[in-house]
Amino acid sequence: MSKKDGITWETFADGLWRDNPVLVMLLGLCPTLAVSNSAINSLSMGLATTFVLISSGALISLLRRFIPRQVRIATYIVIIATFVTMVDYTIQAISLDLYNALGAFIQLIVVNCIILGRAEAYASKNPLGKTVVNALGMGTGFTLALFTLGAIREILGAGSLFGVDLFGPSFEPWVVMILPPGGFIVLSLMLLAFNFINARAGRKIEQSEGCSHAA
Amino acid sequence: MQPDSLIFIFLNAALMNNFVLALFLGLCPFLGVSGKLETAVPMGLATSFVMLVSSLCAYVINLILVRYDIEFLRLIAYIAVIASAVQLVEMTMKKYTPGLFRSLGIFLPLITTNCAILGLALFQTFKHYDFFQSVVYALGAGAGFTLAIALMAGLREKLDLSDVPGIAKGAALSLMLGGLLSLSFMGFAGLGGAH
Repeated sequence: MSKKDGITWETFADGLWRDNPVLVMLLGLCPTLAVSNSAINSLSMGLATTFVLISSGALISLLRRFIPRQVRIATYIVIIATFVTMVDYTIQAISLDLYNALGAFIQLIVVNCIILGRAEAYASKNPLGKTVVNALGMGTGFTLALFTLGAIREILGAGSLFGVDLFGPSFEPWVVMILPPGGFIVLSLMLLAFNFINARAGRKIEQSEGCSHAA
Repeated sequence: MQPDSLIFIFLNAALMNNFVLALFLGLCPFLGVSGKLETAVPMGLATSFVMLVSSLCAYVINLILVRYDIEFLRLIAYIAVIASAVQLVEMTMKKYTPGLFRSLGIFLPLITTNCAILGLALFQTFKHYDFFQSVVYALGAGAGFTLAIALMAGLREKLDLSDVPGIAKGAALSLMLGGLLSLSFMGFAGLGGAH
């Protein structure tokens, strides 16, 4: 922790719980729900998004004095799209199975509101070190939420975790959980649990609807 | 039905693989602008229009990209086109329907980052649709999106009158509704098989 940048534990930890991008800000729900039908898919999606979040945040933070205000959104989008293209080709090279499972959703990281939202709200105003730490926190928070959702859906819907059978042959899989409705329902229950815990802790969290944070 | 016939493509995009309820695209406006029916329907129509414009542009751009063998620029080219199309819709609305423009607020420029639109452009490229198929696909996706957001708005207008526990208010309840809607849309899968 360096004093100069004012990096504190909160810079990192805000993204984990208090400002969790999925559970509090409700950003980036589309990839969250679409690829969370198994633990491995959601984990790799989370990591890919974290990489784009950190690298685009770092570049935008470095360039923040040179980007004219009027065209900043377009500039951010082009920077983000460049990193996403890199991730897209990398995943294709590492594992074709994973690439096919995630489908167009890797390329759709471009329009994930978390990334543009952080670029606009944080990276464009803060120095490099702080931005990277914050992006790491946000990415970890996103990955954790995504992984929890994916793991719950895979355990209930297929009776396995990371493809390893958990309950033996007598378990009747709850197939609806890995189908689209399951995504909505499990995330809704996660939000309920999250709100419940926060209500117990006596904290009030203002939940925003949709991506209004991004702009 | 033939899998590449126009009517199949339309129904597939609108019902069986509804962009919002089956493919999880465009959830932000689906949750954010579905509070009232009178803003939800125009939002759906505006999104449909942007879908149509960007689908046409994406088709032409893809031809050029393939011709010069520079497909790695696809993502950047598509997003630039979509951003311009949204700007066009925004200016038109501001001029002719200023009231509506204000009520949609921030969600109008955010159509740019609506994944349904980029998703549509990418899917039609991956599926190698020709010109007419692309247009029909865009129309179907737009119709499906408008249908989903209008249904959601109707349900939420009714829910406003009911008493729900504090922790369930807002997003959690909307998502649960989305789950139920999605469940009922799965019934359409029987029309011609998923995917």
